[in-house]
Amino acid sequence: MHLVGGAAGPLRGDDLRLDIEVGPGARLSMFSVAAQLALPGRPGLPASRFEIHATVATGGTLVFHPEPLIAASGCDHRASTTVTVEDGGTLLWREDLVCGRHAEPSGAAHTELTIHYAGSTLFRHDLTVGPAAPAWSGAAILGEGRAIGTLILAGPDLPEPRILGDNAALMPLTGPGRLASAVGADIRQVRAALDPLSVLSSPALLAP
Amino acid sequence: MSLATLLVLADGRLPSGGHAHSGGLEAAVSAGRVGDLDAVAGFLRGKLHTAGLVAAAFAAAACANPARWAELDEGLDARISSPALRKASRAQGRAMIRAGRAMWPLPVVGRDPHQPVALGVLASAAGLVPLEAAVAAAHGTVTGPASAAVRLLGLDPYQVHALIARLAPDTDRIATAAAACAHDPADALPAAGAPLLDIGAELHATWEVRLFAS
Repeated sequence: MHLVGGAAGPLRGDDLRLDIEVGPGARLSMFSVAAQLALPGRPGLPASRFEIHATVATGGTLVFHPEPLIAASGCDHRASTTVTVEDGGTLLWREDLVCGRHAEPSGAAHTELTIHYAGSTLFRHDLTVGPAAPAWSGAAILGEGRAIGTLILAGPDLPEPRILGDNAALMPLTGPGRLASAVGADIRQVRAALDPLSVLSSPALLAP
Repeated sequence: MSLATLLVLADGRLPSGGHAHSGGLEAAVSAGRVGDLDAVAGFLRGKLHTAGLVAAAFAAAACANPARWAELDEGLDARISSPALRKASRAQGRAMIRAGRAMWPLPVVGRDPHQPVALGVLASAAGLVPLEAAVAAAHGTVTGPASAAVRLLGLDPYQVHALIARLAPDTDRIATAAAACAHDPADALPAAGAPLLDIGAELHATWEVRLFAS
């Protein structure tokens, strides 16, 4: 399944919600046809919001691998995602964020990601970038990096943790999961580090 | 509330193993991301607003209700992505519990809880309030890397300490925000992440020779 944006944005004032339910034994792969470009919209309106709620039942598989979110200069965007996977479910969840279009300052973006697996919280991570975020471009958070990729793998059959590059690592979470995290000057560096781990996302491999 | 007791808990000379850790700075220096005072300032501020906020919130919550320690400990496991950082946090938590047992009667907690949980439990046992636990935790996340910066980069210690002083208003604000959510469920507590701290810690853990444990 591919998500297609029907209009420009998200723009300030937009309030979007996506619910995904993967039943027992079902497999769902979700992609998007283009990057999500968060734009300023009309001043004075509240931040644009994109909320995603996903559930994966036992024996189900969800691959969520959209194109990146781009925080265009002047945008104010908040993304909040909660994924709940039952014991024995499989998840591949990818989130890429690009801080500004080419050679422009980043807009304001705040992302929240919560993954539950078998009744426990496996992963809980927020990231805030943009003009109001303290030291987001400092050496502790993104440094000179303007693109960040996050890949969560959860369920049985996880790859071995390893270093993926100078600014990328595949890390074991506490519980049945892995986080691959990559920071790059641009999205190409992030893709180079993370895409090899996203083989599950290849439609050919998912064919029954 | 006791100001003198708060100083005991926040003292860098508390024998809780903190001196062995650079709080991610050694990895950042090696990667070329930190080489001068300005970069140290950016590192410390970013760390305070991410790991510092999280540590403050969990210390405040543990202080408000030490019986929640196991739930809070799991909450930190979900927030600290790097296994090297989880290990460093638990090593410092264990040392802190050990130091704390010599000072105050502590309730039963695990052998090696995460450092902010240990700090909150100690604060509670010492009669401190969640805001005090939070300010000690937030402050502690910048003093470690600051003193490491002096050692790793040969910076002027006066200038480095001035950075910590300049962060004091932010530290207070973060502690206040952290204390305000001390009774929230673990999933709702702050989870501000710092991706380069996680990735840097994983690279650092593979080095054969290093000055600091993390």
